[in-house]
Amino acid sequence: MRKLKNIFFVLIFSVIVLNSTNSAEKSPPFLETKWTFKGLFGKFDRASLQRGYQVYTEVCASCHSMKYLTYRNLAEKGGPEFSEAEAKAIAASFEVKDGPDSTGEMFVRPAKLSDKFVMPYANEQEAKAANGGAYPPDMSVLVKARKGGADYIYSLLLGYSEPPEGVELDDGVYYNKYMYGNKIKMPAPLSDDLIEYTDGTKATAEQMSKDITNFLMWSAEPHLEQRHKTGFRVIAYLIILTVLVYFTMKKIWSRVEPKV
Amino acid sequence: MSDHEYTPSSKFGKWFNDRLPLLTLANHLTDYPTPKNLNYWWTFGGILTFCLITQIVTGLVLAMHYIAHADMAFSSVEHIMRDVNYGWLLRYVHANGASMFFLAVYIHIFRSLFYGSYKSPREIIWILGIIIYLLMMAAAFMGYVLPWGQMSFWGATVITNLFSAIPLAGESITTWLWGGYSVDNPTLTRFFTLHYLIPFLILGLVVLHIWALHVPGNNNPVGIDIKKPSKDTVPFHPYIVIKDAFALLMFCIVFALFVFYQPNILGHADNYIEADPLVTPAHIVPEWYLLPFYAILRSVPDKLMGVVAMLSAILILAALPWLDTSKVRSAVFRPLFRQFYWILVADVLILGYVGAMPAEGLYLLIARVATAYYFAHFLIILPVLGWKEKTTPLPLSITEPVLGGSPNLAAVRSDEKIEKTIK
Repeated sequence: MRKLKNIFFVLIFSVIVLNSTNSAEKSPPFLETKWTFKGLFGKFDRASLQRGYQVYTEVCASCHSMKYLTYRNLAEKGGPEFSEAEAKAIAASFEVKDGPDSTGEMFVRPAKLSDKFVMPYANEQEAKAANGGAYPPDMSVLVKARKGGADYIYSLLLGYSEPPEGVELDDGVYYNKYMYGNKIKMPAPLSDDLIEYTDGTKATAEQMSKDITNFLMWSAEPHLEQRHKTGFRVIAYLIILTVLVYFTMKKIWSRVEPKV
Repeated sequence: MSDHEYTPSSKFGKWFNDRLPLLTLANHLTDYPTPKNLNYWWTFGGILTFCLITQIVTGLVLAMHYIAHADMAFSSVEHIMRDVNYGWLLRYVHANGASMFFLAVYIHIFRSLFYGSYKSPREIIWILGIIIYLLMMAAAFMGYVLPWGQMSFWGATVITNLFSAIPLAGESITTWLWGGYSVDNPTLTRFFTLHYLIPFLILGLVVLHIWALHVPGNNNPVGIDIKKPSKDTVPFHPYIVIKDAFALLMFCIVFALFVFYQPNILGHADNYIEADPLVTPAHIVPEWYLLPFYAILRSVPDKLMGVVAMLSAILILAALPWLDTSKVRSAVFRPLFRQFYWILVADVLILGYVGAMPAEGLYLLIARVATAYYFAHFLIILPVLGWKEKTTPLPLSITEPVLGGSPNLAAVRSDEKIEKTIK
């Protein structure tokens, strides 16, 4: 019996080792950052989310859409929490096509809180044509759509470098050590002082990468804070109830003799 | 059922019960004599009932907001996650609920395998269970297609393509299943319809499963027949009810940890990318609970034979009551079987692991060995063990599990009492 168990554990262990060496070859470990949204009481860093929105709108938004977000989300609880007036002003700075009006004509008007984020391109074909055939993915749920999540996105943004010797790159293709296959069609999007933060924070590449990743995490999981809060209460309630039921069970079963 | 005659105390109760014996049923369920030595592995039946009801209730509400259309399914799921009140909670409970359901069903099945619960006179309960399990897999697979992400689409493509391996009619059957020439909107709408239907079929089968259970009564860890009711049994209520409740609460804590803190860890990142028929994901992997069968499918080089092997791997379980020739139920008294049991557990875990890996090189070799062993366990080892194995002596009753077979039980009991007083 013991012998068999040993064989079993050796088998499992060897498979695990085999796997870890295998995956170690594929991509380097992600860059380490502290995320405030992780953990039992994880919450978003409000200021970082607001800066993240600024990075999105001034840098990413020229190519990447966020079609599942509405401008009202920016003022909602658990998000960047811009004031309603600020969110309205942000919305009004974009133009959307509406209509038809009573004469049957389409018209352009400033966006309202209830409008979805305005997309940079009219359709996928236009986006591809403008980006050398590569489609800049919609970023609404991007963090959840990539293995490694926030750590991956953050590392990717900072993972650009000159290609190592022997790696040939076509025109419009860049080397990134975190990208699957190491080749990416997006040029390094962030560099120091690319933008000027309205809150005066120094806009280093690391800072911007962190802020935009925070923002993308929120956009992928807008109810994360509520989830953590509810989760803690639910689990605390369950644990207390479990303990009470345990003692009730012991009391009830104490009537049964002899013990088995 | 050997229930004593039950008469409701109130006049109305008697009048009603004579016309529809619901009160007799309630009384039967309350008094149902249950072996008192059931351990916690026996609590998963109740847990599974809870899982089924949770899936039906959350699924019902999700279906009110979900749109089964290839162009709108993905965004309707995002609508649920963002704008529906507690939509994120409903969806995460439903998605993780499927995993929890399978976790519980695997424990339930392996408990049955260990204690020989599938053996006479419980073969029908077992076979009903296998049918439920098959339906669960169908429901889970179709449910995974509904969000219309990349893994939904390509998983559906891979699995439905399996039918094309059927000789002659294969291609036509696949086209018929799809409702077109590829996985597309008609496939999605029919999957949604079937995904909604199957849980209710499961519910009906669960009623039969429990009904069939209540004829011979529960098996127990010792695996011997017991007299019911007797000093070996306790009434279902309150003894088993409170124990099931305790186990269910523990299970719910694990469930809640997934839902609230790691809601996507059991899913695949690719399913948050909207389905694109022109882009194939690097690895198409089913959900974890289907991986062992996926490994068996891929371990056979021929497509048709692979499908046959995968289906046989499940259907062979239905023949288990006749493949296992041993008269002794519980593995507690079968030292050799016990070892082979744990090898089988390891074998299935290994199959699950290689199922998630690319089918090449060493992984493929491991998958083939593990697949061969899986079938050998049921087709060779179990029948032979039944004849060859020397089992340890069975006790006479649950109350005397260790000292069973002793000719002088009264003496043994008095010895026990003396020992207790010494302590």
